[in-house]
Order: sequence, then C-alpha cells, then structure tokens
Amino acid sequence: MIDAENLTKKFGTVTAVDNLTFHVEQGEIFGFLGPNGAGKTTTMRMLSCLISKTSGNARIAGYDISDGEDSLKIRKIIGLLPENVSLYDDLTAYKNLDFYGKLYECAEAQRKENIKRFLKMLGLWDKKDVSVGTFSKGMKQKLAIARALIHDPEILFLDEPTANLDPESSKTVRDFILDLKKEKKTIFINTHNLDEAQRTCDKIGIFNTKLRVIGTPEELEESVWGNKTVIQLEQVNDRILKALTRLDLRNTITENNKLIIDVVNPEKENPIIIDTIVGAGGQVQYVTRLSPTLEDAYLKFVRGD
Amino acid sequence: MKLWKSWVIATKDFSIFRKKKRIIYSLIILPLLMSIGLPLVIGSVASSSASTEEIIVLLNAFSYFYVILAYILPSTLASYSILGEKIEQSLEPLLATPTTDSELLFGKTIASFLPCTGVIYAGSIIFMILVDLFAYDAIGYLFFPNWNMAFILLLAVPLSSILSIQINVIISSRVNDVRTANQLGLILFIPFMGVYVLLVTNAISLSVINLFVISAILFIIDVVLFYISKAIFSRDEILTKWK
Repeated sequence: MIDAENLTKKFGTVTAVDNLTFHVEQGEIFGFLGPNGAGKTTTMRMLSCLISKTSGNARIAGYDISDGEDSLKIRKIIGLLPENVSLYDDLTAYKNLDFYGKLYECAEAQRKENIKRFLKMLGLWDKKDVSVGTFSKGMKQKLAIARALIHDPEILFLDEPTANLDPESSKTVRDFILDLKKEKKTIFINTHNLDEAQRTCDKIGIFNTKLRVIGTPEELEESVWGNKTVIQLEQVNDRILKALTRLDLRNTITENNKLIIDVVNPEKENPIIIDTIVGAGGQVQYVTRLSPTLEDAYLKFVRGD
Repeated sequence: MKLWKSWVIATKDFSIFRKKKRIIYSLIILPLLMSIGLPLVIGSVASSSASTEEIIVLLNAFSYFYVILAYILPSTLASYSILGEKIEQSLEPLLATPTTDSELLFGKTIASFLPCTGVIYAGSIIFMILVDLFAYDAIGYLFFPNWNMAFILLLAVPLSSILSIQINVIISSRVNDVRTANQLGLILFIPFMGVYVLLVTNAISLSVINLFVISAILFIIDVVLFYISKAIFSRDEILTKWK
C-alpha cells in the first residue's frame, strides 16, 4: 500500500530524509519512530504529496507521489492528521468537518453520515455546534482525527496522534486507531511515544534521518540482545560455574547470586541449564526471562547505546 | 479547475470574516464615509460660487474615487485570507485535500472580491443618490446614472479589486503579519492617486475611452499577477519555510 524506495529530501545542504526504503501492507499499522527533528514529518509530508522529494520515489496504492495527476488521486485516498491540529477556531466542529468533506468531494449524504458517525465515536457529537476555539486540546485533537477520516480514506497518516493528550484521551485515540485497523485501513503513525507504538503498531521503523531498523515490536525487542534467562540461586559457587562452562553457553554473567545467561532457544536450553545447576548442588529460587523493551531497541538504534 | 471547490473555500472564508469584527469594520467604515462625505463636499461646493464645469470636474474625480476604493478595500480581506491560514497553521490540512493551487487561489480571490465589490456597489448607490440630491440645483440635471459611472462600477472597480487581491496574495506569501502585508500592498495605491490628481486638476478627463484604457491596463496587470501569484504559491515553501 505504501512503498518508498531510496526516498530522499534535502533542504539546501541539509539532508532531512536519507535514502528511505520501506513497505507497508494494506491494513497494517506502521509506526515511524524517531526523535524530534529526525525527519518524520518531512517523510509524512512527502508521502502525502504536500512537499516534493529530492530523489528516490514512493508509491501510495500504486500512485506515484512525484506525478502531478497521481498526487491528486493520492490526496483523495489518504487522510492526514498533521502535527498541529490546524482547525478553524471560528467555525463550529460540524462546519469544520463539512468544509473538508466538501473539498474531499464526499457526497452530501455520505458527508452528513460520516460527520455524525465520527463525532459520535469520538464523543464530540454534543459539541457539534460549538466553535472550535472553545475546545480543549484533546477535543481539538479528536476533531482533527475525525477530519482526517471524513472521506473514509484507505490510508491514514497520523503525525503524533496522542501528543499533548491526557492519559484518558490518549487511550480513546489509541482504541480508535485499533478500531480503524478492524476496518482494514492502512495507518502510518509518526510518533516518539514508545508505549503508543508498542500498543498499536504491527510494524515499526526506527528512524533518524536514515531508517535504522524495521520490524515487528517483538523483533525489535529481541534484536537488542536476543533472549536472556535470569536464574536466582541461593548461592553461586565455582562448582556451578564449572558445570555450566561444559554447556558451551554463549555468555554468562554473575551478579549477586544471580546468573544472566544468553540463550538461543530458551524452551530447549533452559531445562538443561536448570538440571546442570541442580546437579552441581545449586538451589534455584526463581527463573525468569529478561525482556528487552522497545525503549532499549529505540535507544540502541537511535543513539547507538 | 473545479470552480465549485473555489466557492467552497470562499464561503468558508465568508463565515470566518463574519466572526471578525475588525474585518467587518474595515470593510464598512471607509465606503460609508466616502459615500456620505463626498456628496456633502459636493453639496457644499454646489452652494458656493463654483461653476457647473468645476462641479462636474469634481464629480468625475469623486466617481473615480471608487476605483481607488476598490484597490484599498480588499487589502485587509485578501491579506487576512492567506495570512489568517498561515497564522492559524491551517494550510497543511487544506493543501492535503485534492484541491489544486488554482482552485485554492481562485477561492481566496472570490472570498475577498465579492464582499468588497458588494460594499462598493452599495456605497456607490448611496453616493449617487446623495449627489443627485445635492447637485441637482447647481447643475440643472441628474448627474447619475451616467456611462462613466457604469464603466467605473462594472469594469474598473472589479479589475482594480482583483489587482489589489493578487498583490496581497503575493505579499502575504512573503510576510507573516497582516498589517505589514496591508502596508506593502498600499504602495501601488500611488499610481491610482496620480490618476486622481490628473482628473481633479482637469489634466485628463474622465471619459469612457480613458476609463477603457485604464481598465485594459488593469486587466493585463491582473492576468500577469495571477500567474505570478500561482508561481509564487509553492507548497514546499509554505510548509517548510512559513513560520
């Protein structure tokens, strides 16, 4: 649905997006994760045909972003939630949506139905005739999401959809995004909120001018250090360590009577390790899996930690 | 080009203008003052010892004032129409819609053009009625309506108004403040005033031919400026450089 190949954007001598290549399937939620100033918004703007690319190319639902006629077709099938909510404060919630619905060439009956549906889904129907200028940040953000959906687009580009929202509003928006996934919409989310990415995205790209890594949240977590098994013993002694060396383990760290062991296949290796420790007279208190987090992956790929 | 999209953009701007008192006042006050004030001046001149010719020269010069007004009046609306979007950062979702630059710019032109010409036409009716009322005794006939005024209102006023809008669109895409845009836009007011001085000093006369020449010049400038404003309206610059 979204295909980018060596997509590059330069502003003078500054490269904002460098040779970006990735693919997003239909119905997939793709999280574009990176720090502020990484080039996420620039990428989203190129993909939604708002700004031109410097080199490389991208296709949205088969349409070429650099082709003038295709760009109009792309803009018809995508919905955009920009970083700033960018609503007309002097107009009511209903009029804001109606205006955009018309520009997206949404038929009147469909437009009315969509406005009602999305305002109700986002809990704003009661405020439909109220000027947007009086809305809270959260309400404006929800309304901006409704605006992105007003023409029932196939693809959604959401730039920091939960930025500046309180936890309750964030959850509403996150749940709403997951509801949209059920409707088979393809969703591209720019975020630096790791929790949000982990909860909503099928696939994540970690990006900082260049795409550092791409994969499912689980793949990214595992790519940090693979699997580790933590075994708490009553006491670690030389006999136990000597017995473990015979297992040809990749790496074993000892820390306060705790063994942290790198394992390739935990289901197969963990029982053998435990047997060996018990056989060497060790008393196991508990065994756990040390899980790397998306944050670990993020820091590793963005900062090189 | 889908003209109905331009109309959608224009009607949205009308709704916003209605909520802005400053815009409403700037739209009404000057035409109202002119439409009442100028006939009062004519009335005062007519009651003095001025000759019929002198009164007619003044009447023609005052009629031409509506061409100048058509240049001044859209300035606030046109600069707000673009800069308002810029200030409220609402251009990004607007540019994300399947709307072309021409549809957008034409919509912005209509949004400024219609209210201004509407107000000018309303004001000119008051002006013509009051002038006929005050000057009838002095010149012996109803001065308005006449062909000169018809030419001014139907040709020169719309073209002058469009010129002002195009200039303000161009300026607005380069500055960040409505007042700066207004002030820069008013620089071109000087040539209009030059023509007014020539009229009031009787160096040129207000005839249908002269008005046709003025209108032709305005038309050519309008067309050139439309293409310039379209060329200057760069989505890349708007989204990456406008602050």
